[in-house]
Amino acid sequence: MSEPHNYAGGGSAARDSPSEVDSAIQFRSVSLTVQNGKPLVDHLRFDVVRGETLVLLGRSGSGKTTTLKLINRLLEPTKGEVLVEGKPTIDWNPIELRRHIGYVIQDTGLFPHFTVERNVALVPRLKGWPEQKTRERVRELLDLVGLDAAVFSGRYPRELSGGQRQRVGVARALAADPPIVLMDEPFGALDPLTRAELQREFAALTKRLNKTIVFVTHDIREAFTLASRIGLFKDGQLIVLATPEAFAASTDPEARAFNESMQS
Amino acid sequence: MSLLDFFIRNRSEVLQLTFEHLLLVLVATGAAAVVGIPVGIVLTRRASLAKPVLAVANMLQTIPSLALFGFLIPVLGAYGIGRVPAIIALFLYSLLPIIRNTFTGINGVDPAVREAARGMGMTDWQMLIQVELPLAMNVIVAGVRVATVISIGTATIAAAIGAGGLGTYIFRGLRTVDRTLILAGAVPAAIMALGADFALGSLEQLLSAGKTRTSQTWRKWVLASGAIAITAALVIFLSMGAWSSGGTRVVVGSKDFTESRILSELMTQTIETKTDIKVAQATELSGDLCHRELVAGQIDMYVEYTGTAFTAILKHQPISDPRAVYEQVKRDYESQFNLEWLEPLGFNNTFAILVRGDVARRLQLKTISDAARYAAGWRAGFGQDFMSRQDGYPGFARTYGLKFAEPPREMDLSLSYQALANGQVDLIAGNSTDGLIDKLGLFQLEDDRHYFPPYEAAPVVRRETLDRYPQLRNAINSLAGKITNEQMRKLNYAVDGERRDVKEVVREFLAPL
Repeated sequence: MSEPHNYAGGGSAARDSPSEVDSAIQFRSVSLTVQNGKPLVDHLRFDVVRGETLVLLGRSGSGKTTTLKLINRLLEPTKGEVLVEGKPTIDWNPIELRRHIGYVIQDTGLFPHFTVERNVALVPRLKGWPEQKTRERVRELLDLVGLDAAVFSGRYPRELSGGQRQRVGVARALAADPPIVLMDEPFGALDPLTRAELQREFAALTKRLNKTIVFVTHDIREAFTLASRIGLFKDGQLIVLATPEAFAASTDPEARAFNESMQS
Repeated sequence: MSLLDFFIRNRSEVLQLTFEHLLLVLVATGAAAVVGIPVGIVLTRRASLAKPVLAVANMLQTIPSLALFGFLIPVLGAYGIGRVPAIIALFLYSLLPIIRNTFTGINGVDPAVREAARGMGMTDWQMLIQVELPLAMNVIVAGVRVATVISIGTATIAAAIGAGGLGTYIFRGLRTVDRTLILAGAVPAAIMALGADFALGSLEQLLSAGKTRTSQTWRKWVLASGAIAITAALVIFLSMGAWSSGGTRVVVGSKDFTESRILSELMTQTIETKTDIKVAQATELSGDLCHRELVAGQIDMYVEYTGTAFTAILKHQPISDPRAVYEQVKRDYESQFNLEWLEPLGFNNTFAILVRGDVARRLQLKTISDAARYAAGWRAGFGQDFMSRQDGYPGFARTYGLKFAEPPREMDLSLSYQALANGQVDLIAGNSTDGLIDKLGLFQLEDDRHYFPPYEAAPVVRRETLDRYPQLRNAINSLAGKITNEQMRKLNYAVDGERRDVKEVVREFLAPL
């Protein structure tokens, strides 16, 4: 197992993937331009190292979510290519690719007509796991995210608090034990106390699980709590990619703006 | 006859028509759902198709139903009338709400849920079946509900092209100006529409409830089954009520003029005083409707005139011997319709060709032949009955060589008296026993060429009814020969001229008998 922090060069911008590094995800000069000619993301070149938690930070509309959706091929690049497990996303069967990658979004996207149990069991069942194994896995995961399976299995999403819903969303993303998990501001809609609580628990969880996580947020505190590296986006470009320590010392104006917002 | 009486008497026909109605609606909306839901789904996948398809469906719904039925007649050729075009029309009307609701229901699914479904690695088909359809189902059911309620209403119009259903009563009622009949069609249709609305509405609630609380789900089921139970109970009540009290009623029919109503009341009161049979009346049956309803078993008896039966119903050439006419109709009715003519009541109500009294005096008119000379400058007004029957207008005009200034106006019989008195027309065909003749100062011209056959009034009764109530024959025959022309004219005048209540007039008449 390689150490992710070793090669996260201090304060430098994105760089090409060195072949000797075990990369779960690679962006190779990726651009996505929509019809009116404005690029949503522009020349992205970076790797996500296996086992790290890469936090994509930036203002609204800076291209973080687009970058995330390029990974599970909800979007496809107009230039360059995204490699997952060394294979370009456009060569993956999209269904297979997505079942290989866990996905959590801000509004959780829990199915309102499914119970908690069915929501969490979704991907295992899509993958055709044996029923017994699926059930055990659901219990295990609810336990992992701090929900009592006996109490919550039969409930519907509307019967849960915001924090509980997010826990279920995380459990669902992890259900089929995907090596990669994408999270798009999963705690963004929560009240500050619940958010802090979930962040702490999630940070502990990621250390245990050893997943490759790409996490989108506009909250600098959250980035520092969770990240092994922080990637800063501005106008569709990745302008800083650094460890939290190096990020805190960055001289980039946008990075300084974020760092200062934390002190206020 | 009250609506409830009508339902009780005609329970089997009411149920039959209700069933026909339901069948039309179920087949049409069922087919529309089978076609419309997939079309709606396709539209969510091919956004460019949505606008044109919804526009076409929208346009279909703006076509007035009667026009659509009319349009389908030539298009479908041999299938142009009956159930097929009715179902096609109802199907076309049902498409729009179903397609539109499927389309908007699926498009209305929370984008976050849709994105999550795709992000989890669901195929398009899995997303449709497991996520989109279940979440859109309440909106889709709402579309089916709207389509069903519209269809139940529109299906009443389908009776116009012979598709059956409850509209049959409504149209029959409109033709005969019979409010009870109109209600007999409209009320069950309205109940059906409300029932469908409630049942499908409950289902809709239930489906949206599935997304929220399980405990409420249970309550919705109770509500839905309650709705079904109430509907079922109503149907059972209607048929049960029919069983329990239907057996002791006889229905006396009457045509749409005063004398017929008086005679119907006369029969009713006589039967009710002389037997313990309960009687209901079906009034305002115009033209040959009395006869048709009698044959169909919707009424048990009515007072008919021998001449009417002889020429208008049996289609014999008119003859003038009263006895021969009576014997012939009695024989023919028994063999052809299983109906029995009882003894004549006494008076002969022949057609009376009437002019205003002052005109008759001024021109010294006595006979129809006298009047025929002036006819070229006159206008005539006749009831529908007179215009269409064998011994009516065509033969009458031929016999006397009549030609009026303009084709005779077809009008309500009772209105024609008023029209004559007011000078809107100059000659009408009334009834010789009509009380208005005296009241309005009209003059009856003599039938000098003996064109009109005898019109002796006599009760015609269904054989089955006489078998079921043996005491009925004697009770009715007690009136045989009891009413003279003069008495009839007085009775008519009491009602038409003095505006007195029919029941009261008849009660007074029967008291000394």
